[in-house]
Amino acid sequence: MNRRLSLFNVTSLVLGFAFLYLPILLLVIYSFNASRLVTVWGGFSTQWYGALFRNQALMEAAWVTLRIALLSATIATVLGTLAALALTRYGRFPGRTLFTGMVYAPMVMPEVITGLSLLLFFVAIDLDRGFWTITLAHTTLTMCFVTVVVQSRLMTFDRSLEEAAMDLGAPPLRTFFTVTLPLIAPSIVAGFLLAFTLSMDDLVIASFNAGPGATTLPIKIYSQVRLGLSPEVNAASAILIGIVTLGVIAATLISKRSALRSSKEAH
Amino acid sequence: MRRAFAPWSDPAAKPLIRFENVTKRFGDAVAVDHLSLNIFEKEFFCLLGPSGCGKTTLMRMLAGFETPSEGAITLGNQNLAGVPPYRRPVNMMFQSYALFPHMSVEKNIAFGLKQDGLPKDQIADRVGEMLRLVQLEKLARRYPSQLSGGQRQRVALARALAKKPKLLLLDEPLGALDKKLREETQFELMDIQHELGMTFVVVTHDQEEAMTMADRIAVMDHGRIVQVATPGEIYEQPKTRFIAEFVGDVNILEGHVQGLENGLWRVKTPSAAEPLTIDDPDEVLNSGQAVAIAVRPEKMVIQRDPPPPGTRNVLTGEVWDIGYLGDWTVYRVKLATGEILRVTRANASRFVENPIDWDEQVFVTFAPDAAVILAE
Repeated sequence: MNRRLSLFNVTSLVLGFAFLYLPILLLVIYSFNASRLVTVWGGFSTQWYGALFRNQALMEAAWVTLRIALLSATIATVLGTLAALALTRYGRFPGRTLFTGMVYAPMVMPEVITGLSLLLFFVAIDLDRGFWTITLAHTTLTMCFVTVVVQSRLMTFDRSLEEAAMDLGAPPLRTFFTVTLPLIAPSIVAGFLLAFTLSMDDLVIASFNAGPGATTLPIKIYSQVRLGLSPEVNAASAILIGIVTLGVIAATLISKRSALRSSKEAH
Repeated sequence: MRRAFAPWSDPAAKPLIRFENVTKRFGDAVAVDHLSLNIFEKEFFCLLGPSGCGKTTLMRMLAGFETPSEGAITLGNQNLAGVPPYRRPVNMMFQSYALFPHMSVEKNIAFGLKQDGLPKDQIADRVGEMLRLVQLEKLARRYPSQLSGGQRQRVALARALAKKPKLLLLDEPLGALDKKLREETQFELMDIQHELGMTFVVVTHDQEEAMTMADRIAVMDHGRIVQVATPGEIYEQPKTRFIAEFVGDVNILEGHVQGLENGLWRVKTPSAAEPLTIDDPDEVLNSGQAVAIAVRPEKMVIQRDPPPPGTRNVLTGEVWDIGYLGDWTVYRVKLATGEILRVTRANASRFVENPIDWDEQVFVTFAPDAAVILAE
């Protein structure tokens, strides 16, 4: 399979990528614009990055976003891994199909509906909207992604490894921590990174569940843009894009490597 | 000369493992069916049978991965019911080897010892000892993915032996090795077992493997044990047609008992002109009873010239196929009835003048004590 790239292939590739990434590229370029006018190029400058770091409100929002992303991704990873274990390990329990469907539901549910229903729920239980409600909402959203990633690893897991550990004297819990967990760790990390980036850039669900005390970066940027474009926002967005890109690339690499390893071990 | 070792024929000997009327069901399917079996200390015991005969289930019940639906299994004086795998003095070598891919060879071997909470220096000593036993000292720091199939097999063996279990279970231990390596490893396994004085229970579907290594073989079929005996007895005195056909090659001639004559059975068969004479005094048969005569290919003699008159058990046919295997030549002889006999001859000399050729008319004879009568 060593096909040369034809002119047609190159053109469609360029067009496709341009369609996807040109707007983003433009945004990144304009974040280095010296001019205050967002749409007019006035030379290269990093002044807006400096301004961004001095902007108390934006930095505050960024810090909240980071904390929410870390916390919700951690909770989602634990819950998502447990769900994946239950779905792959406990063969046929009543309601298994229903449970599988329900775990995956947030993936396909329109975000507006997820956000709205969570808002109604938090209002019903009288929970003040703010940091914690966004964290919980993001956990709900991202858990299923962790489950999918971890489950696909567990499907190819050789159960005789666990049997061997037990046979050699390790009780079930120790078997899990010494054999199962280290081997599925890459997929758990990949799931965590996915959950982290999803939480970082979520606007819809966060804006439904945000309160006066806590505003995330996407909400802040969105509200600022409504008041008028500012080059600082471009700079903030460029950084956000950078973090998300790194997260997704890392997640992909890690799960690819672990897939390679599990195919080796299966041999 | 290997030991004269036969605790199973000593009525005073106490078995190490006892299966008492054990049944295992998976839903409606019966994997093991009211099975009773004794295995003795220091025995090299083989469970032999086609796939799906229940041999693996039987082994997994010993390891503790399956629980019997009925009946009891005892090890020494301990009833194993309710004892989880991690509390049994039993270790297993898995068919897939199940080496921990994230641990080096020495960590793999040390795993079981660590679970017992042994002090570090004792673990290191024991790991070193095991590495020497399987000749892998130089590969201690390698990871399983960096080893060949044969080396992995050795690591798996060392890991299972490290805790000095009372009983070692081996699930198709040589299944993944190529033929040459398999033969070498068979003898190595026997030496190790003899040296350590452990009890080995091996599951295999390979009759050659079972014959080479085992003190006793249990042939299983459909969840039951059909015969438990030494390899020699299994081969020379199979109890049923299934065993005769499963273990080694065999020619089966069907017929009816005519009666006993001078202590030999006379059996009338359509395959031969004269009734056959069979020396199998242990069988209790009635006249007219349908039986199968089993004769191993190497116990038949093929010749071109008619045998002298009065020769017993003469069959005539035509050479249908000749297969030259180097050490043996296999002749497939077609009888008038259409049955095909398999006759082998050792190639004792390098050159044979005027050898038997395709399509020739030949005579096949066998001695009365070469055959076994199997009641149908």
